[in-house]
Amino acid sequence: MEPENKQFKDRVTELSGENVDLCFQCGACSSGCPMTQEMDYLPSKIIRMVQLGLEEALESKTIWVCTTCFNCEVRCPRGIDIANVMEALRQLVLRKKYDRVSLDELSPEELRELPQIAIVSNQRKLTA
Amino acid sequence: MTRLAYYPGCTLKTNAKNFEDSTIATAEKLGVELVEPERWNCCGTVHSLSTDDVMHHLAPIRNLLRVEELSNAGEVDTRQVVTLCAMCYNTLKRGNIVFNEDSDRKKKIRDNMYKEDIQYSGSVEVLHYLEVLREMGWDKVKESVVKPLDGLKVAPYYGCLLLRPRGIGIDDTDNPTIMEDMLEALGAEVVGFAYAQKCCGSYNAVHMKEVVADLAYKILKQAEDSGADMLVTACPLCEYNLGPRQTEVKKKYPVFNDIPVVYFTQLMALAFGLGEKATAFTGNKPDPRPLLRDKGLLEE
Repeated sequence: MEPENKQFKDRVTELSGENVDLCFQCGACSSGCPMTQEMDYLPSKIIRMVQLGLEEALESKTIWVCTTCFNCEVRCPRGIDIANVMEALRQLVLRKKYDRVSLDELSPEELRELPQIAIVSNQRKLTA
Repeated sequence: MTRLAYYPGCTLKTNAKNFEDSTIATAEKLGVELVEPERWNCCGTVHSLSTDDVMHHLAPIRNLLRVEELSNAGEVDTRQVVTLCAMCYNTLKRGNIVFNEDSDRKKKIRDNMYKEDIQYSGSVEVLHYLEVLREMGWDKVKESVVKPLDGLKVAPYYGCLLLRPRGIGIDDTDNPTIMEDMLEALGAEVVGFAYAQKCCGSYNAVHMKEVVADLAYKILKQAEDSGADMLVTACPLCEYNLGPRQTEVKKKYPVFNDIPVVYFTQLMALAFGLGEKATAFTGNKPDPRPLLRDKGLLEE
């Protein structure tokens, strides 16, 4: 593995606390995921990319549409907390002062109507 | 009366006031007084999953400290805290586990809370109201029923955070029965359906309206096709995505029929005969009252 690939993989491992090498690509996480229709790479493919240290994982749409519903986690036969890996990937991007969403894009009506729980969780997961 | 600490969380005071009102009334009927700490703060809504994150655990831990203060002051009878919102439940429970099991982060959390009068000891047990009911016993719940929900077909919708991750959820992750048991105690007919644990789209509702409408459609349609008259939930975000957001579902699927989504506590209040302030159905969209009148469970 090239040094830059190893560096990326190590960083994700450190931040997520998960050993992605346990994954044997069974696809159970992807089959239970409620958001796959909006993803460019299936969750199992993202894990494969991290195994190989491919930093392109950070450019995928997948990490941003994940709802952290933990369905993948309870299905993984290898005990990988996949949501932690998704979070680590999001964090690596967010920590460069990137905001995926902005409240400026919402209309005053939407802001009035949306419950706090929706706005706070959305901002917590998807902004720097 | 047993006095239990109660953590409401932000949305229980606004969009989900009906959840809170119906809970306080049903708890009182069952001999439980819910005591709210004077100062509580937002729990953060989502548990932070990165290993190096300390800051986002302060909010839940500060709330647990408030519970210890209540307990120390003799204002509650146990060292437990009752939550209603599935997201608050999850965040408080997991924050507590981080605090108690990770000594490094425990120290850092404490160091960051140096301005508090006392330090959190880690002693609080985080419960969901459904767990309090289960502990009390379904027979006890049944004893309070004056108007059984005969003929009402209800689909229990769990969503994500009541059941996942494993070890955090309030019941078996794959085959939960807690909501079913509660509904049966109320005399309702339980309708199982395939998407009871499928995510509603959660916080993507803010910026991915149409995608979340698709998910809501699948869940609601599945419940309808399984014969349900309505769904019950225990999460204000699920309620919002599946209830008021049916307007978005209809834009995409014009043939879709409204189906009421209510908090489980509202059906408890109805079966307990606690009156309209306790059932608080005025806060629900779509309005469940026409259906309940049709079923003879609500007076004209």
